Amino acid sequence: MIKYFRLIVFLLSLIPLIIILMKIFFDNLGPEPIKEITNHTGNWTLLFLIFTLSMSPLKKITNINIWISFRRMLGLFAFFYASLHMLTYTGLDYRFDLTAISKDIITKKYIFAGFTAWFLLIPLALTSSKKMMILLKHNWKKLHRLIYLISILGVIHFIWLVKKDLTEPLIYLIIILVLLILRIRFNKNALLLFDNKRS
Amino acid sequence: MKKINYSQITPEKIYIKRRKFIKSLGYGLSSASLSSIPLISNAFANTDLSKLTDYEYITTYNNYYEFGTNKSDPYLNSQEFKTKPWTVRIEGEVENPINLSIEEILSSFSSEERVYRLRCVEGWSMIIPWMGFSLSQLLNKVNFKTTAKFVQFETIYDPEQMIGQQKSILNWPYTEGLRIDEAMHPLTTVVTGLYGKSLPNQNGAPLRIFVPWKYGFKSAKSIVKIKLVKDMPNSSWMITSPREYGFYSNVNPNIDHPRWSQATERPINGDMFAPRIKTLMFNGYADEVAHLYSGMDLKKYF
Ligand code: HEM
Repeated sequence: MIKYFRLIVFLLSLIPLIIILMKIFFDNLGPEPIKEITNHTGNWTLLFLIFTLSMSPLKKITNINIWISFRRMLGLFAFFYASLHMLTYTGLDYRFDLTAISKDIITKKYIFAGFTAWFLLIPLALTSSKKMMILLKHNWKKLHRLIYLISILGVIHFIWLVKKDLTEPLIYLIIILVLLILRIRFNKNALLLFDNKRS
Repeated sequence: MKKINYSQITPEKIYIKRRKFIKSLGYGLSSASLSSIPLISNAFANTDLSKLTDYEYITTYNNYYEFGTNKSDPYLNSQEFKTKPWTVRIEGEVENPINLSIEEILSSFSSEERVYRLRCVEGWSMIIPWMGFSLSQLLNKVNFKTTAKFVQFETIYDPEQMIGQQKSILNWPYTEGLRIDEAMHPLTTVVTGLYGKSLPNQNGAPLRIFVPWKYGFKSAKSIVKIKLVKDMPNSSWMITSPREYGFYSNVNPNIDHPRWSQATERPINGDMFAPRIKTLMFNGYADEVAHLYSGMDLKKYF
């Protein structure tokens, strides 16, 4: 059963990719195609980070374990879309012009935040397998808590790049903060439960 | 005015083709005399204004926050906007303030085609065949006093019609300003149309300013007031973020905006593989305008 659900989530997660490929294929990207691709992949990166963060609260709220089995895949999709996003900027837009790109990283704080977020995703993607989970033991959990920092960096990146209207990034920020608070509260409750059992 | 009638009946595609044909004739002649083939890499040089941006892009990809902050909002939200009746008031340091109706303006000054590059501070550019005349002609209609050192432009304030003004995104009404010598420069244009047609609402109908050597936001749209003033006026963007938007805002590839590199720009052409092009000093109009700023530290007066 879980297998089929996973397959469905996998196929659903491909939809943003398919949408942008269709737009490219049908020449439907509008006046500024590179920006369209950048924004599409950037928004979906942030959304997949949020999906990833929602799985554990969803499990706790619904009392169904299945959510957790999607978490790894969703996280990897976040990394996938982040990489497409980064490559659109470095490859399509700047033609891998390393001087221009490194200048941007140093002087533009939103690029710095974005790059840091993407960079921090790499160790998480590399250690996402079950094997690594076992190998790293409790360090795995600590390492993977980075996803909260990454999400917040992603939102900061968004806030810094917006010219004036902050509505969208602030909505994302609120969602992420709610998820973070849920997480902390659940952990506290779990601790309390644990204490009660001991006494 | 003759020109407007002439192209009003010309669909854009034919219009472009005809222009290209005329251009190619020009190239033919010049290349015959220079006995060389015109360089394709002209496209990279950025001084080439022959490849006009599509009418569709010019009229659907706009920064006009009065109608919303998305690029497509102005097109979507401005179609019902009423541009008649319309009066422009010229006041301030003048002998006799006047109110001019749009009809008076259109009949007193004949619009000509002016192909200029528009460079947005966000790092993109278009090449637009505007219709218009020099602002100096309009300003000469009022006898402004010697105390008039700056000009302030004011966009209409009408939140009922302009849904963007219902939110306090910017300091409404939108204001912009120029130094008097900038305003009197022949390149500074009062725009009344584009592609040989009357100006679409999303592009600032019925009347807007266009200053080719400055970032796009300096060119205020849907003007109702022109005020000659003694002191440097504030502008909506300066009030919003003085660190990011200076009074002069001349296109300058050497001075980066805190958010966008200004060294290069992306021409709006719908081609995902088109390369960036180099941004030129004063947007390519240095020969005409550089003297206005001689001796000024452009890093300080950005
Ligand atoms: C986890 C990492 C990242 C996330 C979550 C993220 C998210 C976003 C979001 C949400 C947007 C705005 C889309 C919109 O306006 O609708 C965006 C735009 C952008 N991002 Fe990222 N991003 C990330 C990493 C990066 C990296 C590594 C780079 C560059 C190396 C980058 C460069 C850009 C650029 C250039 C834009 C467009 C800016 C503009 O509109 O002018 N991002 N990103």
